[in-house]
Formats: sequence, structure tokens, C-alpha cells
Amino acid sequence: MRKLTDALFKSDQSLGQAGQPVEHDSARRQVAGSARYIDDMPEPAGLLHAAVGQADVAHGTLKSLQLDAVRTAAGVQRVISVADVPGHTDIGAVFGGDPVLAEDTILFHGQPLFAVAADSYEQARLAVKAAQWEIEPGEAILSVDQARAVGAEVGKPVHFRHGDADATLKNAPHQLSGRIQIGGQEHFYLEGQASLVIPEEDGGMLVYTSSQHPSEVQKLVAEVLGISFNKVTVDVRRMGGAFGGKESQAAQWACIAALLAHHTGRPVKIRLPRSVDMSATGKRHPFDNRWQLGFDDHGVIQAAKMEVNGFCGYSPDLSNAIVDRAMFHTDNAYFLGDSAIDGYRCLTHTVSNTAFRGFGGPQGMMTIEAAMDDIARHRGEDPLTIRKRNLYGQGERDVTPYQMTVEDNILPQLIERLETTSDYWQRRQAITEFNKTSPIIKKGLALTPVKFGISFTAKHLNQAGALVHIYTDGSIHLNHGGTEMGQGLFTKVAQIVALEFDVALETVQVSATRTDKVPNTSPTAASSGTDLNGKAAQNAARAIKQRLIEFACDHYGLRPDEVRFHAGKVTLGDNVIDFADLVQSAYLNRISLSATGYYRTPKLEWDAENGTGRPFLYFAYGASCSEVSIDTLTGEYSVDRVDVLHDVGDSINPALDIGQIEGGFIQGMGWLTSEELKWDDSGRLLSNSPANYKIPAIGDTPPVFNVDLFPQPNREDTVFKSKAVGEPPLMLPISVWCALRDAIASVSDYQLSPALDTPATPERVLFAIEALKGRPS
Amino acid sequence: MTTFLLNRTRVELAPIDPDLTVLEFLRQDAKLTGTKEGCASGDCGACTVVVGEHTDTGLRYRAVNSCITFVHSLAGKQLLTVEHLAETGQLHPVQQAMVKHHGSQCGFCTPGFIMSLFALYHSDVAPEREAVLNALSGNLCRCTGYRPIIDAALALLEERHGDAFSEQAEAIDAELAALNPSMNDSGVGFWQPRNRAELGQTLAAHPEARFSAGSTDLALEKTQQVKELPALIDLTGVEELQQLSVDDAFIHIGAALPYADLAPALLADYPEASEWLDRLGSTPIRNRGSLGGNLGNASPIGDTPPLLIALNAEVTLGSQNGQRRLPVSELITGYRQTVLADGEWIDTVHIPRRPDHSTLRAYKISKRFEDDISTVCACFYLERDGDTVTEFRAGFGGLAATPLSLTDWSQALVGQAWSQLDIDAIAADLASRLAPIDDVRASAQYRVTVTANLWRRFHLESSPSGVITRVSNPGAYHHA
Repeated sequence: MRKLTDALFKSDQSLGQAGQPVEHDSARRQVAGSARYIDDMPEPAGLLHAAVGQADVAHGTLKSLQLDAVRTAAGVQRVISVADVPGHTDIGAVFGGDPVLAEDTILFHGQPLFAVAADSYEQARLAVKAAQWEIEPGEAILSVDQARAVGAEVGKPVHFRHGDADATLKNAPHQLSGRIQIGGQEHFYLEGQASLVIPEEDGGMLVYTSSQHPSEVQKLVAEVLGISFNKVTVDVRRMGGAFGGKESQAAQWACIAALLAHHTGRPVKIRLPRSVDMSATGKRHPFDNRWQLGFDDHGVIQAAKMEVNGFCGYSPDLSNAIVDRAMFHTDNAYFLGDSAIDGYRCLTHTVSNTAFRGFGGPQGMMTIEAAMDDIARHRGEDPLTIRKRNLYGQGERDVTPYQMTVEDNILPQLIERLETTSDYWQRRQAITEFNKTSPIIKKGLALTPVKFGISFTAKHLNQAGALVHIYTDGSIHLNHGGTEMGQGLFTKVAQIVALEFDVALETVQVSATRTDKVPNTSPTAASSGTDLNGKAAQNAARAIKQRLIEFACDHYGLRPDEVRFHAGKVTLGDNVIDFADLVQSAYLNRISLSATGYYRTPKLEWDAENGTGRPFLYFAYGASCSEVSIDTLTGEYSVDRVDVLHDVGDSINPALDIGQIEGGFIQGMGWLTSEELKWDDSGRLLSNSPANYKIPAIGDTPPVFNVDLFPQPNREDTVFKSKAVGEPPLMLPISVWCALRDAIASVSDYQLSPALDTPATPERVLFAIEALKGRPS
Repeated sequence: MTTFLLNRTRVELAPIDPDLTVLEFLRQDAKLTGTKEGCASGDCGACTVVVGEHTDTGLRYRAVNSCITFVHSLAGKQLLTVEHLAETGQLHPVQQAMVKHHGSQCGFCTPGFIMSLFALYHSDVAPEREAVLNALSGNLCRCTGYRPIIDAALALLEERHGDAFSEQAEAIDAELAALNPSMNDSGVGFWQPRNRAELGQTLAAHPEARFSAGSTDLALEKTQQVKELPALIDLTGVEELQQLSVDDAFIHIGAALPYADLAPALLADYPEASEWLDRLGSTPIRNRGSLGGNLGNASPIGDTPPLLIALNAEVTLGSQNGQRRLPVSELITGYRQTVLADGEWIDTVHIPRRPDHSTLRAYKISKRFEDDISTVCACFYLERDGDTVTEFRAGFGGLAATPLSLTDWSQALVGQAWSQLDIDAIAADLASRLAPIDDVRASAQYRVTVTANLWRRFHLESSPSGVITRVSNPGAYHHA
């Protein structure tokens, strides 16, 4: 763990303030089983349980839907279809296209057709089986190739142009091209989608939900019911994991429960059985990407043409922003010279793919990292050498394909340090030797960087609000627009407020995110939780603190610099009193002890028309070095050692930040290795259960897993100079994939670069080996 | 009437469906919501609870998946839930360790980890990484990447000392021993015969009833396919089906004995099977699943038939009218079909004792090392006299509608010189006999290629080549 020696900000270790590695605010309740999730809440009287019936055809026309047998099934109180929706039927997050329940056209296999409310969960599930319907099947688009061939898209293509890529490519000393198919990923949050909706006396709804975006749930519940937003209150205390899967796609279930509550006048709970969750909610987008690079004798890129094709599913959802972010990260950490980047948003008759940690960035980044390895093999150099030569420069070679200047590039120093601490070059030599004498098991090594842009690319989302109260006993209540999904946001923001008032962390109580406390919030997404809500809460705290200082000056006849907050006390000139005493005194003198705080991210400019500007306030950086062994007989492999050096700026909480880095790494490793989504030819998802969709288990954690923080403050004015940490680490395990390719390449004595689509399952690894063995070197 | 201890409270189950799971009982009936549902299929471990049992050596704790265990099967046992661990207001050492090491993030998997750790804490394993990975092999976490959980577990095992539970163990054990004096007839279609005679009578009286042993597969019909299971005969209380004995010729294993209990005897003779056993389900699954259940399922991807076939094991079928014994290779007749007649049950599995000069490998290939269904399972058994092959058998899973023995292929090697074999030709011959299917786990082509390559691996590992044949995953292979 990093020692917090000379943090830019001072904080008191014993008080648990910002900068300290305190435990997660819910940790004690989580280990005791007393932390409540939606399905654990005490059930209100008259509660009904909901279930949905799902289409069994990928694309077609719903000819009939017979629900009489469902209505008469045991325990059933109400059955609804789209005809029973009093307000809007479309719950699309940004663009339209997402019917809350199926209309005449069936859009994907697994689409909810109708919903049931019954006295018990089991009765609701049994009743669903009694439905009958007729769907006339239509032509289903199930691949990117099909979609591109017929021009099926959920949004218009976007193009970034910088210089004359065609001409420079043609004139470059060397050219290479490639294609990589990158698999999607099931979120597999351990807590499935869940909502509990209680009808209120005024015709409104109180919605408890497991959602990253309470304000959007509020809007959509109001819209499907045809009531004003102020009649709907949404409450989110915590989620049992989300990872993007509960950004836009938690809303449908809340809306269905609200519709059933509206029709029955009774509280309704919905929680999706795992197989329904996996088949009815969107995933990380698969991508099918192509690249062409021109480079010099040293492997330095002069021109790049990249095409990314997102497999979006049946509706836009967030896909336009996701494909944009894939485009924003096709450079990863490298200067591409003259570039042309094209992003296509392919419509397919599958579930609508959605946000997932990294939001398209990882799929863009994979493309250039694949190319880096290929250049290295072409030039006969070590892939790390080629990567270092292509890094963005400082003051030159520093403009991205979307013409943002990279001002904060710390990768040269960061990589140099990791090269040393991971002992890269000595291990490279040892591995080369090993592979010469080991015919069956081959080892591979790779060190890859990450540069990830921080800010929502939709500019208006870069704002946040917070609410801070101080009560007359000196205890502080904190609320903000961010949601807690396990990442420790509530802990970090409370630590920030504790430091502002210089009180102990226990003084600050965080409460559930609620739309009636802080309105019009952005989703907790894009790694922005602490950056946005931390600043908003800091601003709220500072507003109250300023009032307290002004009051103290006025009341005790002091200058502002004579009022100092310290460790739960306040120094007033020569006197020291408790913080609570100052608060009480302020109250008696009619000083407001409550404030809202607001923050908007500065410096952002984005010209979507021309694909240029500054979509990000800053970049978060990191690098990792992975060593693997592969079995050339079976394709099975192990990840033997991982070293990570990651940039979180000045850490608000090193323990939580390291937790994000390690967790992101393993999750990303699962995406690239064992997690395989499979559909059959009719568009039915086959991998619909943890029995056949394999996220990493405990034995997949590398036996040597060294994670360090790169100690350097953010150069931008973020809260205590920290950096966002949620998404960037997910891309660190690209080094695992590159190490697998390195090990495979050894069977050609590193002359050839293997094709290796992801996930790199044992099957893909084995066939990549066989393909190399069959190719002339 | 089904009676058990829920934490420290004696529970007599009201008339309640025979297929009610422990998880449903806890969350819906007992309103103990600390135990979570993550998948309801025994794959994620969020629902892990600990079951305390009276044994000859005292109270024994085991972690099980509450989502696929029927609540009536708890008769005479103690069910421990996460709430109980900190009932005094003080966190239990396993809970403290998880807090201290930042082992929870979203917290939804955490109660399951806590219970697996609790069972580990009360086991006698050494504080080693491998033991920790094994104990937690059935618990998925999507947030932490597991490193802090491994650290918490190792620290915990290093500092292990008695807790309130060790102090009460003797009293609880005695209480459990006295709980169920006679055969449990729940009165609602769930029977727990205690011996063969009672089993025979129960089966005769309720021919429509399904057998339930560990219910690790059966319960999925309810939780995944939403089917009702109205009549169940629980085999886990049948004394003869829980026995294990070893004589000069065989290891005799009661068909309902959990894998966890048969492991020591199996591994004493066949230590090479440990890599297979470690990859067969997870710890909570191995605490419930049994040879009889796996054989009776007759799944093409069940992992025990390939090994049992390679070892030339036999199986005794019981009935009220007597027993019959046959080779395991003759038990399974088709996709999920066996020779089992009405009124019969799988009683005992007999594994031949190990002769000298024999070599065994039990290979399992899957996308993930832990708790995954086999893409291919291939087991090879070899006896040699000098260099001459005197016995060679194989068992394969995942390659056809039933497990395969391919005796024509294996018998052709008998009498040949092991070091002189034409490995490639034999591999090609093996491949030519296989016609598997493409499915969610792998393509047919991969299955064929890998199976042929596993033969190559077996030959390499049975020859003095010195070649490294395994990746270094510590969970993958312990016994060279």
C-alpha cells in the first residue's frame, strides 16, 4: 500500500478523512448480512411480486398474445401488456426505440412481452408459463457484417479526420493491417436488477431501485404513468454491483413495477431471475474492428486508419456515446500521426447493448494494442520497445485524432518505473530461454499502457449537486447525487466533507441517494462519481463553513484567520471550543446550517459535427506487466504474475482505489479470457447462466499480483487533486491478452503475430497456436 | 415433521412444499435476508450457508449452497446463517478479517464468502493459499478481484483460535444427535429413510417420487425451469448409502456419500485424481454432490463416469428384491438414461484398489479451472510390465450423448511396447472415433483436437521425458 507521505493536502489519519485508507462505509454491515439491498427491505403490506414473459423469436411480428390463462393462474392479481401503459411506452434513455413492453414488432429474443403481478414470486413465475402467443418470424440481423451489408444502424457513423491519412499511409515505409473481433461481456453484478415501487396517496410513486441513475428512473416512471416528475421519488441506498449495467437498463424494471402498482394500487416488487437478467438486459458491446497503419523502420506510426463497428443490439440506448468513446481510445497512449477514425453503430436483433465499465474505450484500445504487437513482430523488435517509441510526446507529437492536445502525459515516467519494478527485461530473457527448451508449455510477457479520458462526452452530464446539513449536536448529514455500487463513493465523499470541517469521519452520515434531496442528477458513471459529487459536496461544506467563520468573526470579534477548524475543535483566537459548540452557537444566532453544493466540470468543449475539441478534462494513466503460461496441447493457460502501476492522482482513499484497480483488472481479464457470450443461429443467448458464462473465480487471481499507485497529483483542479479510478483499470489486463499472444508467437520463434480474437478462451488459444504452426514464417 | 436447528433455535417446519429450498425458507419464511440469491443455481455462492452435522467425531461444519438444498433435507442438522455470527454484537473473527482487509465492495457476495470462511476457520487445513482457494472455489466476487479476500483468509488462518462456536460444539452435537430418532416423513411429500429397508418400503409406497441426494442438479428443475417437485425421497440419510469401506480388492463407496467424504480414500489410492476432484464443481458442491447422483443423472458431461470407467469401477444397484452389480460402463445407456429399473436405486460404487506399476491421469478441460462444466473430460489408466502395456483403459466425457470408453481404441494398445508407440497414429485413430457437437462451451473441432492432445499429454507424462506439461496455475495440478 502506498504511504501517504507528502500528500498535497494534510489530513488526520485517526480521523479517517480524505487521504486515509479507511474501510468502506458499509463494510461492517455487509459482513454481518445487515446491509439491505432491494430484495431485503421489509415488505410493505399487500406487496405483489412481478415477473415478465419473454419473446422466443429474435425479430418478427407479434400476431397474438393470449394472456387469459395467465390472468386466471393461482395468485395472479394483474397482467399487463403495452396496451396498459397510460403514458409513454418508449423508455429510451437518450434516443427512442426501447418499448417498456413489446409492441407489434419483436426486437430480440428475450424481449419482455407482458408482465404479471402475483401474491408470490413463485406464483408470478409459474403464471408466466401459461401465456401463449404467435410471432411471425422476420429476417433477423445477428452480426456486424449483416448489419453493415444492409446499412442497419442505430445512429449515424462518426468520422474523425486529422491530416491526410490516406496519402501518408501510402507513402509510409511500411504498412500493416488487421482485423480483430472483440467479444462483449455480461455485467454479472451479483445483485440482479430489482425495484420496489410503492404507490403514494397523491398518485405518485416511491421507487426503491438498484440503479446508477435515479433521476432517469424518476423521469421514465413519471413518463410511463403520464404524471409529472415531482410525483415520483426514487431512492437508491446501494447496489449489489452495477458496472454500467444499471445505468440505463435498471429503469425498465422500475417502470414495469410502477405500472403494475398503478393498476393494482398495491406495492409491487420485481427482481429478475438470473437467466432473465442475462437474456433481457444489455451487455458490453462486441466490436468488429479493422486497422491500417503506416510506420517507419523503427516502427513509429506515421498514419492510421481505424474502423470500429459496435454491435449495438436493437436500439440506440447509449450506443452512440459508446462507439464515440471507442473511437476516442483507438489511439490509447500513442500518437497516430495523420489519422482517419470511423465509428459505425450497427443495429442487430439482439438485446440492446449498454454501458459497461470503460464504455467502448476498452474495445477501441484493444485495436491499437493488437497493432502494436504486429508492428513489433514485423520489425523484429520487442513489443515494449515499439510501444514506448509510439507514446505521445511532450510538447510535440501530442495531438489526438480528435485534435485534443495531451497535456498531462506521465506515461514515459510511469512505464519506466514499472519496467524496473517488474524486472521486465530480465524476465523477457528468462522467458525466451525457457521457451527454447520447453516444447509443450510456453510463457509470454507483455507490458501495456492505459490512457483513459475522464469526463462524460455528453457535456451536460458533467454537473453534480450535493446537500449538507449540520445538526445542533454537531453531527453532519451528507447527501449527493452519486450512487453507491460498491466502489466506495459514499465513503470518499464523506471523507472529503470530514476534511473540509476537519472533523472525524464518524461525524458525517451519508444517506441514500434520493431524487427529492438532490434533483436532476447525472448517472454515477464514466468514473466521474468522486470528481463530480466530491466537488459538489466540498462546495456545500465550504458554504456552511464560510458562514460559520463569518459568524464567529462577527460573534467573537475575530479576524477570519483567527478561526481555525482542527480535529473536531475550532480555534477562536486564544480559545478552543468543540465544533458542536460553535454549531450550536451559530444556530442560536440564526445562522443557516444547511447548504446545497453544485459543481460543473470546466474546460470541456466538443464539436460533434467535426469530431474535434476537448471532450476530457484530463486523462488517467496506468500500465501493467503480465506473465502467462500456455499449454500448447489444450490451449489452457495461467496468469502467473501481474505488476500494476496506476495513476489516481492524489488518492482520496488508497485502500478503496487499490480495490478498484485490482477489481477492474480481474474483471477486464475475465472479459478478455474466459467470459464468452454465445448466441445460437436464431439469436437466442446460449450463455444465460453462470453455469455456462464464466467470470473469473478466486483461483484466477494471479499468485503474484503487485499493485502500486503512481504518486503524482492531478494537474487539473479536481477534488484534492485526485483522479477518477472506476474504469481505467479495466483496460490494464490488455497486457494479459498481449502476453498470451506473445506466448503463442513463441511457437514461430516470434516471427509471426497470431490472430487472437477475444475472449481468448482455451479454444481460441489452441487454434491460434495451430494456425501459426501451419503458417510459413 | 422436519425438525432442525436454525442457528440456536429449534425449528419444526410447518407443512411446506417438499421442494422449498433453504434459501427460500430463510428469506421468505424466516425473514433472514442476510443470505443472498445471486443465481439460484449453485454457481455463484452468494447464498452459501453452513450446515452443522452430528458425526462420530463430533460436530462438523460444511458450507453448502442454500439455493439448491431442500429445506426438509436439514432434518436433524444445524443451519448457520450470516446473521448468527455476530449476534452478540461483536463481529466474528472472519467478519473482522474481511473488514480489515477491504474484502467487500458491493457486499452482495460477502455473506456467502463469510460463511465459506467460517467453515474454513473451523476446518483443520493449514494456512496456505491453496487451501483458501479451494475453500472459496464456489464463491464468485465481481468487485474485488479476490486479492483482499485471499489475504483476509490467510491472516485469519494464521491467527485462528477458538470462538463461541467451538465452545458450544459439544452441546450442539448432542442436541443434533437427539433430534431425529426415527425416519423423517415430512408429511408433505418428502421422505428421509434411514436405511435400505426403509428406502425400499418408501419407494414401494411412493413409486412416483424422485430421488434426491445432494440435489445439486435436481434442484435446478425447480429454480431454473420453474417446475414443481411434489414427491422426493432424500437418500442422504440412508445409512448404507453413506458408508465407505476399503478391502483388498475395492474401495466401496456409498452412492450418496458426498465427494468431500470419499476424497480421502480415493486420493489415498489415486492421488492423481486430485486435479480432477479440484475441478469437479466447487467446495459447496463437493460437500453435497455424490457418485450416485452424478451417475444417476447420466449426463454426457458428468465428470465421474469417465474416471470410474477408466478405473474399471463397478456399481451395485439396490432394490427391495435384492441387488445386482455391473460395470459402471454398462450403467448409462443413453442421454440421461440408465439401466435402472423401477424400484431400483444406485447403492454402492466399487473402485478397484490400485495395483503396482499403474499410471492414472484424470484430465478435465474447461474455460475456467474452478467450478466449470467440462468441455472434455479424459481419463487414462495404464498398467505396464516393464515397457509392455498389460492394461490400458480410458473414459471420456463431453464427446457424445453418453460417456465413452472406446475400448476398441484402448485395447489395441495392450501388448505393445509403450515407448515404441506411434503416438500420432494413435491420436489420429482416437480423433477419428469422436463425433461431438458444438455447444456453448466449445466447438466439436476443439473437443476432438484436445482429446487427441490429451492422449499425447498422457503418453508424455507416462514417459521419462522431463518435459513440463502443465501451466503453473496452482489450482491445476498438485500430484506429478
